[in-house]
Amino acid sequence: MSENQNPPADTSREVTVAPEAGTVVGPAERFTDPGVPEHKHRLTDTDPRAAKRAERTVTFLFVLSVLGTIGSIVAYIMVPPDGTTSGVRLSTLLLGLGLAVSLLGIGVAGIHWAKSLMGDREMVQERHPLASSDETRADAVRDLNDGLQDSGVVGRRGVLKGAFFGALALFPLAIAVPLIGSVGGDWNISKFKHTMWKNGTRLAIDPSGRPIKASDVTVGSVFHVIPETTEEFRETHEWITEKSKAVVLMVRLNPEDLRTDQSPEGETWSHEGIVAYSKICTHVGCPVALYEQQTHHLLCPCHQSTFDIADSAKVVFGPANRRLPQLPITVDDEGYLVAQDDFAEPIGPSFWERLK
Amino acid sequence: MSTATHDTKREAPAEPTTPVGKAADYLDQRTTIGVLVKEFARKVFPDHWSFMLGEIALFSFVVLIASGFFLTMFFEPSMALTTYEGEHPANMHGQLMSVAFSSTLEMSFEVRGGLLMRQIHHWSALIFMASIVVHMMRVFFTGAFRKPREINWIVGILLMILGLGAGFTGYSLPDDVLSGNGLRITDGVVKSIPLIGSPLSYFIFGGEFPGHHIVPRLFTLHIFVIPGLLLALIALHLFLMVLQKHTQYPGGGRTDKNVVGYPAAPVYVAKMTGNFFIIAGVLTLMGATMSINNVWNYGPFDPSPVSAGAQPDWYMLFLEGSLRLMPGQGTEWVIFGYTLPLNVLVPAVVIPGILFTFLIVYPFLEARVTGDKREHHVLDRPRNKPARTGLGVGFLAAFIILALAGSNDLIATHFGLSINSITWVFRILFFVGPVFAYYITKRICLGLQRKDRELVLHGHESGRIVRFANGEYIEVHTPLDEQERWLRVNYEAPAPLEIAPKTDARGVKRKGYASDKRWQGLSRFFYEDRVAPVSPAEVEAAHSHGEHDQLDGSERQAVEAGAGSTSREH
Repeated sequence: MSENQNPPADTSREVTVAPEAGTVVGPAERFTDPGVPEHKHRLTDTDPRAAKRAERTVTFLFVLSVLGTIGSIVAYIMVPPDGTTSGVRLSTLLLGLGLAVSLLGIGVAGIHWAKSLMGDREMVQERHPLASSDETRADAVRDLNDGLQDSGVVGRRGVLKGAFFGALALFPLAIAVPLIGSVGGDWNISKFKHTMWKNGTRLAIDPSGRPIKASDVTVGSVFHVIPETTEEFRETHEWITEKSKAVVLMVRLNPEDLRTDQSPEGETWSHEGIVAYSKICTHVGCPVALYEQQTHHLLCPCHQSTFDIADSAKVVFGPANRRLPQLPITVDDEGYLVAQDDFAEPIGPSFWERLK
Repeated sequence: MSTATHDTKREAPAEPTTPVGKAADYLDQRTTIGVLVKEFARKVFPDHWSFMLGEIALFSFVVLIASGFFLTMFFEPSMALTTYEGEHPANMHGQLMSVAFSSTLEMSFEVRGGLLMRQIHHWSALIFMASIVVHMMRVFFTGAFRKPREINWIVGILLMILGLGAGFTGYSLPDDVLSGNGLRITDGVVKSIPLIGSPLSYFIFGGEFPGHHIVPRLFTLHIFVIPGLLLALIALHLFLMVLQKHTQYPGGGRTDKNVVGYPAAPVYVAKMTGNFFIIAGVLTLMGATMSINNVWNYGPFDPSPVSAGAQPDWYMLFLEGSLRLMPGQGTEWVIFGYTLPLNVLVPAVVIPGILFTFLIVYPFLEARVTGDKREHHVLDRPRNKPARTGLGVGFLAAFIILALAGSNDLIATHFGLSINSITWVFRILFFVGPVFAYYITKRICLGLQRKDRELVLHGHESGRIVRFANGEYIEVHTPLDEQERWLRVNYEAPAPLEIAPKTDARGVKRKGYASDKRWQGLSRFFYEDRVAPVSPAEVEAAHSHGEHDQLDGSERQAVEAGAGSTSREH
């Protein structure tokens, strides 16, 4: 390797003794390269029997590969999957093992061949600096200048150049504008702020869609809730998108456990200890599905944001910043639980225009 | 081929006689391919096991393309809703699901070898990313990113980022509950971006999450755009590698001006082909024996359910962990009525941004603080660049801590610990761990360098104790042979940059002094602690030192004879 370009500076805190800066550079300043180590012969180079043995091993491995291929095809014919999970597993295993043996046979044979029988004498080749020679560079610069002259750009009025670059810069717009215009659907981002809950929408069980009577909700029980809709609507994409915003987790607590003083609406938004909160995490939007009855804590399994259901679903741990929005509920004439209104604030993760 | 080329080149009048020779002659008369063959057939490549790591990535990519081709024959990237008519798996029969999900089930249960190919494809993706990361570690710790290979280092980083993109887009295609929740997290992260977050979410999903456009869009990215870019960049990566010739490890006869190794044909042709088949075989073995991503256990996407203990693929864990660690309290700001959710923005955008920026900037930063503009083709032993090695290990520590934090729920359930305490431990570790790892690694490197000095100056302990007539005992040390000594002395220990003084000879303040001063400070951070390689003069001095202190007259001769015989035995 070439010499160190930085002479040791005074600032360096040398850990051990190093040659002092400024000493005369003599022949003993650095060790000399001993050159490429002496070549060592392999057993297969010196012993013909070992070479023969290696040859046989390589042949055997290639034959093994052929057997693997045959095995795989036999497995394909003899063991058709019967459709059950275990049948599929067996077929996968046999096909895969056959293919693996077929591939590994070739691979190991190739490597063994290269390592034991092919020449292993190290060769030395020169490297050349990657930069091209000075003449080549000068020629290249001259050629570019000639080309520039020939193009007629130099010395022409700026208007031509401006028109040229302007046209090039603008033409992608003719493709991008219609593409971008259509790719985002209707671009109506205010949809983030509303769900399909309305005054009078019944709370229904997810996924059956059966409405819930307040009298069926016992203290301590948890319900995964969706808004009541028709069965046909629940087989559409619109439903999946709406459901993504509208899912609710409903719990009935002992009224004395409920700390209604925390939220101004508290008393009027719940019904006899039944509270309903958006199930979409205010962090990045996972469904907050793990409820712990003892502590009234609701945990998001994605990033462990923890909310206290008894205390207006405020954050007690984790990366979420805001409490879960509460769905104001009451009962209708027939005793079914219904929403009073949509959520008072946008559900789910925060976004730039959230409060606008 | 090469013999045929020699035929046409050297004995031009002689007509080729063998079929191969004739074919080669036919091609050469039309394409000048003989020039290429002459250039590359016996081109020398250095040999080392660690040069195989990038090859693993390359060959897993080939396996990905082959198995992916198989999968596209059966996968239908449509979100149209359908009722699953298949009898198996029984728990899915009669369920409403997207065509994407039902075709994934049919591919697994009806198509012979379909499940095998799915599992090979998934395992290959995991190994692809793992081998890229390990290959990058090799390149980083040996300084292979130095001039002239900075461009190829950046190409490599782009390949890694594209690999992440390929993994993410592929993972989400089956439209199952697990990947659907992954997409939902992505949507939440995208929404957190100031100003453009909400429109960007619409741009990605073609409306509100999840809509019915995302699977076909991801499919196009996954099988066309990203693989196309990957192929182009892999070609560039390999082209630059061949053009610049491969780096080599230090050793006798290996310099920045030569390349020592074996010829491409036949040794590397055989080794690389063999390696490809071995990697394909191992990936097939994994696909055959280890089930992965059994989507029928999760079910089709539904925005309501979520499973506890769900993990993304390993290469996404660091992002997941980063999201989990960020405390939420007080980190969502409202400015003029606009919401800035730093609790999402910082862990999901800023932290990965810092990690990737470090990787991209590092080669240029190191060249600047070293004051180094030369070409390097001989690799560094990691111990000989203590600050670089320390920084690399610190970086890895940060990455691993984030990835572990992405599994904090599994750690909690497996070891029966409180998830809150684990999260707090990781929060602190994320800041302390990398610094600690840097410091410890640097000290280990300096220690190893001192050990090298010690060995060169005094040789190996031979275990032979000699007693002198005056009763003194010494242990005979065996001097190093010249190959081993060369390995331990043949390196550079750069010193911190020296800068011109603040004022010139006439006392006028120099422009750019403040900037120089800052670079010097950074340079000190890198090179203040240095262990210089041993010079022959020092070895000389060490020996004469020994003569004065320990030996005189006949005793010295006895010891030297003893040492000589030891080295012969050695």
